[in-house]
Amino acid sequence: MTGNHYLDGDYAAAEGCLAAGCRFSAGYPITPSTEVFERLTQRFPLCGGFYIQMEDELGSMAAIIGGSWAGKKSVTITSGPGFSLMMENLGLAVMHEAPCVVVNVQRGGPSTGLPTMVGQADMMQAKWGSHGDYEIIALAPSSPQECFDYAIKCFNLAEKWRTPVLLMMDECVGHMTEKVVIPPADEIEVEERPYTKKKPGEYLPYEVGESGQDLVPDFAKAGDGYRYHVTGLTHDARGYPVMTAECQDETIKRLINKIKLNADEIIEIEEEQTKGAQVVVVSYGISYRVAQPAVDRARAEGIKVGQMRLITVWPFPEKRITELAKKIKAYVVPEINLGQVALEVERCAGGHAKTIPVTHAGGWVHEVDDVYAAIKEAAK
Amino acid sequence: MTKTAEKAVEEKLMKDHPLEPYLRMDRIPHIWCPTCGIGTVVSCFIQAVIETATDVDKLCIVSGIGCTARVPGYLKMDSYHTTHGRSIAFATGLKLANPELEVVVISGDGDLIAIGGNHFIHAARRNLDIKVICVNNFIYGMTGGQVAPTTPLTANCSTTPYGNSETPFSLPYLAASCGATYVARWTSLHIRRMTRAFNEVLRKRGFSFVEVIAPCSTLYARRNKLGTGLSLLKYYHDNSEIAHGHDVKDLDIGYQEKIKVGKFIDEDKPTHIDRANVWHTKVFGDRYNWYGPKPPGMEEAK
Repeated sequence: MTGNHYLDGDYAAAEGCLAAGCRFSAGYPITPSTEVFERLTQRFPLCGGFYIQMEDELGSMAAIIGGSWAGKKSVTITSGPGFSLMMENLGLAVMHEAPCVVVNVQRGGPSTGLPTMVGQADMMQAKWGSHGDYEIIALAPSSPQECFDYAIKCFNLAEKWRTPVLLMMDECVGHMTEKVVIPPADEIEVEERPYTKKKPGEYLPYEVGESGQDLVPDFAKAGDGYRYHVTGLTHDARGYPVMTAECQDETIKRLINKIKLNADEIIEIEEEQTKGAQVVVVSYGISYRVAQPAVDRARAEGIKVGQMRLITVWPFPEKRITELAKKIKAYVVPEINLGQVALEVERCAGGHAKTIPVTHAGGWVHEVDDVYAAIKEAAK
Repeated sequence: MTKTAEKAVEEKLMKDHPLEPYLRMDRIPHIWCPTCGIGTVVSCFIQAVIETATDVDKLCIVSGIGCTARVPGYLKMDSYHTTHGRSIAFATGLKLANPELEVVVISGDGDLIAIGGNHFIHAARRNLDIKVICVNNFIYGMTGGQVAPTTPLTANCSTTPYGNSETPFSLPYLAASCGATYVARWTSLHIRRMTRAFNEVLRKRGFSFVEVIAPCSTLYARRNKLGTGLSLLKYYHDNSEIAHGHDVKDLDIGYQEKIKVGKFIDEDKPTHIDRANVWHTKVFGDRYNWYGPKPPGMEEAK
């Protein structure tokens, strides 16, 4: 597939999965994400992959965790209502430390909401949707090219940190058709799963070192003779259930710390003219592109506006937001929800700068004027 | 035998127990109640693994949540304790992503048939090559004796304190009507017959289902004043009637009534992966590479 293509974001995301080495997918049809799975069903038979259309999204998510343990890079694709059903087994993937990728092409919610129209209102669900304490990694692409690029990055992060990773697209990006460049395979950086070098008998599924990257245990896949046990229960290094507050403290804190303590390495953000800015627009996904003309107009009028684009939304770039807050007047946060990521920006700004959310209930993108008005207000 | 001699025998048995290589001895004692019916299922399963010379390195055991779902935790094999109801969905991914694995689901009636019922019927419909062993104790054991989709009419449960008025599922009928290629039912005291059934499913290629009727000593027996688990274990066995090949429509279980046991279905059909392979080969010709091992008789075929 190396070359220049004219693809929509959904197809580009599917191509990204393939380029990352994904060879198993379990999916369930749901607008506006279905084309991602459809593309995989077209491509898998001739490139050694296998897919199944499951009976529901509960099953799709469970199946890709099984696929991951079997040694295949695995993906499932959905939108809001299906994302809700996947929350159950997203928690299992976190607890099992099974690398996998979930693509959510966001539409308007809650419930059935606006099936064919855009939303960005699952951002907090992405962070908190499954029960219990955990950390998650979520990326938000702004173009079909990025759907391709960041699908690959999602797999790389999933394999490296042994965790489910979410590709938080939105309907606009998913259905927008643009030029997508697929580089030659040898120019694509692909992270392979670090399988254990230990012998069966010496290997424990959740044995780790003390800090940083050592918090990620070695992987062994099914059928390699390790005869390991894994469970969704709180467990020790052997994978055996241990029902104590001490084990809970140790296990859950490690799961959180492997992402939290490595946040600097995981987080990718893009900044433009934030140096000396009075106002910084923080945005992601399609909203980043809608904010662009508003930023240009404000700049033409002499307002010093910077832009920060969240490629990684979770873990949240809190350090950078706090740092910048001390130098600027206000953040402007346009997003297609009634204020989700804006809450995180406000929290991290810690009172040093104002946070002005530019909300939208979903169904369409912002009017440029609304973002422009917010920038003007912020600059006052 | 003197006390010392008895102790010596016991110690020797503990040390050289023939099933020990297949168990996680560092997890013994297990969590099951005395006279629970799950234990014999575990030993019969291991016995069948030995007798069929199944490659234990390729054997994966998957369960959901509940008393029976703790079985994988005691088996020294790749074992996956997953979420409530999702064992078959998880097993689907495991098998399809690596068709060389032998995937066995061992779980309870609430897990497989209530919350997991949708995955059960679709896995059977697709004829996924997985083996499902369902220990049916007519009740939710782990959560304290609530009514299950298998509870016989009139039985007392913690959520049917005046007796159950809901119609239960007949599991062999359900499995057979969804397309399972092997369907059997035994009670947990049918040691030899249950072991033979496990032997057969481990050799089978296709969705295979064995229901094992087991006593829940602590909750079902006690709430319904049916004596100890041991007496119930014996009662189920003695009140069962072997009816191989019996009409699957006539396998309902009434409260403390006769239980028809036996092998009801044993047929061969292409598995889910076989069908995909055959079809894709037809569509794509030489461009398609067969996915996973070929079925018996096709190994040499192009």
